[in-house]
Amino acid sequence: MKAIETKGLTKYYGTVRGVENVDLTVEEGEIFGFIGPNGAGKSTTIRTLLGLIRKTSGSARVLGMDVDRESEAIRREVGYLPSEAAFYGGMRVHEVLAFSAGLRKKDCREEANRLAERLGLDLSRKVAELSLGNRKKVGIVAALQHKPRLYILDEPTSGLDPLIQREFFALLKERSEEGATVFLSSHVLSEIGRYCRRAGIVRDGRLIAEKSIDTLAGAGIKRVTLHGAAELPAIEGIRDVKRTEDFVSFFYSGRADALIRALAPLSFEDITLADPDIEDVFMHYYTKEGK
Amino acid sequence: MTLFFHELKRDRIKLLVWTGAIAFMLVVSIVLYPQMTAQMNEMGDMFSQMGGFSEAFNMDKINFGEFGGYFAVECGNVLGLGGAFFAALLGVAALAKEEREHTAEFLLTHPVSRSYVVAYKLAAVVAEVLVLNFVVALSAVAAGLAIGQEIDASLFFNVFLGYLLMQIEIACVMFGLSAFLRGNGLGLGLGVAFVLYFMNILANLTDDAEFLRYITPFAYADGTAIAAAGHIEVKYLIPGLVFTLIGIVVAFFRYNRKDIRA
Repeated sequence: MKAIETKGLTKYYGTVRGVENVDLTVEEGEIFGFIGPNGAGKSTTIRTLLGLIRKTSGSARVLGMDVDRESEAIRREVGYLPSEAAFYGGMRVHEVLAFSAGLRKKDCREEANRLAERLGLDLSRKVAELSLGNRKKVGIVAALQHKPRLYILDEPTSGLDPLIQREFFALLKERSEEGATVFLSSHVLSEIGRYCRRAGIVRDGRLIAEKSIDTLAGAGIKRVTLHGAAELPAIEGIRDVKRTEDFVSFFYSGRADALIRALAPLSFEDITLADPDIEDVFMHYYTKEGK
Repeated sequence: MTLFFHELKRDRIKLLVWTGAIAFMLVVSIVLYPQMTAQMNEMGDMFSQMGGFSEAFNMDKINFGEFGGYFAVECGNVLGLGGAFFAALLGVAALAKEEREHTAEFLLTHPVSRSYVVAYKLAAVVAEVLVLNFVVALSAVAAGLAIGQEIDASLFFNVFLGYLLMQIEIACVMFGLSAFLRGNGLGLGLGVAFVLYFMNILANLTDDAEFLRYITPFAYADGTAIAAAGHIEVKYLIPGLVFTLIGIVVAFFRYNRKDIRA
């Protein structure tokens, strides 16, 4: 069974485009990255999956259940962390968590205590007095305490310090190893690259790629940087060229021996060959050449 | 029931303040009655001769010298208007406050249906209106007994029932509106309550505005009119019950289809 499966998922807010024709597949048990800048449609997709907004057309299933007809059952199995978590102002952290567990008809106190300890969250504090990072921690505990089958996390690390981020991802890895699926929406590309095996890229409301991180990064594609060079080698398969006074840099896909032969006539001081990182991939899909 | 108790807890200070204020003012009015009896008879005569003004508030039909009449007028002033404002504020905020305070996303990503949210929020609103009226009614009885005045049981029951039904109507109508709102409906709530109150005054003043009595709940929940007739006017109550029902149905219908903003 797929954890998430959408076909032609489209959402318009009146005449304003939310997402258009999104075909997304997330396998059960994987950690899937969902990449795109603000306003690309990440949150719209997530909010449709959770039944907060109604899709205009297309179909969407979560854990095999239809988002329109079985929304309540879907939410029973999902832990959701919104990008900006807001809670009831007058309540204390443990009251918010108990309310959340109560709505799920579960007693999650033991797990909540364990999670709070690992994340360094004081359960007796009033939520209104919490910093952004601590509010985020409340959201994390609320999303994790009932041990759902699917985690939908929207910009989960914004506001968290690096140590807590590490602990948070350790928690996610543990849950993933126990069989849960993680859907991680982010524009922090390094964390997608580090933790996800597959990812989807959204741009202007459309899913423009959905592949393994390795494929996205383009197996066989290299970022070539020629220090002290003024011109490019005369060879096919070059794109995303960057030029400064000190170096020229480009992506190359093709045979290495052909590249070496093409570089031979050029004058340069040094050369570096590197695998493209996720940022390169992202920029590739977001620049005109990537269209 | 989790959401029901959560709502009651959230509104507890609002409920405490409004109940306290309305009960206190009604008790003070009742306790002052013995000292005002003498003047009341003169005032009653005066009101009877003031024409339009007295008609507007139905005071031409009341004997101020009797405790029942005095009670009906005071109840109208204090519980009528105060309760209407309270009910309007409660109703108009019930659903909209989740989006206004950005808590809708938290609440609605739990395994609860929209209908569950509407039902328990509505139940909480009605429960709070009931609590307020129960406490105010008890306070009124206690204050009446303290000054040695007995209120006619039937009058007392009808007056309080009228105001209770009116508040539930206003709360439900505003609750239905609340399903459309995302921002602060405070002004709208108070505005609607005031307009409804004013409609009844207009209807009392001129026969041309008689139709307004079928719109405003202040027509059937008018302490002085109830005291004069001895019962709630059913022909004005029926449209009120219809409006109540419409408010509830609209809330369920609209909230089930609403896109929730972050």
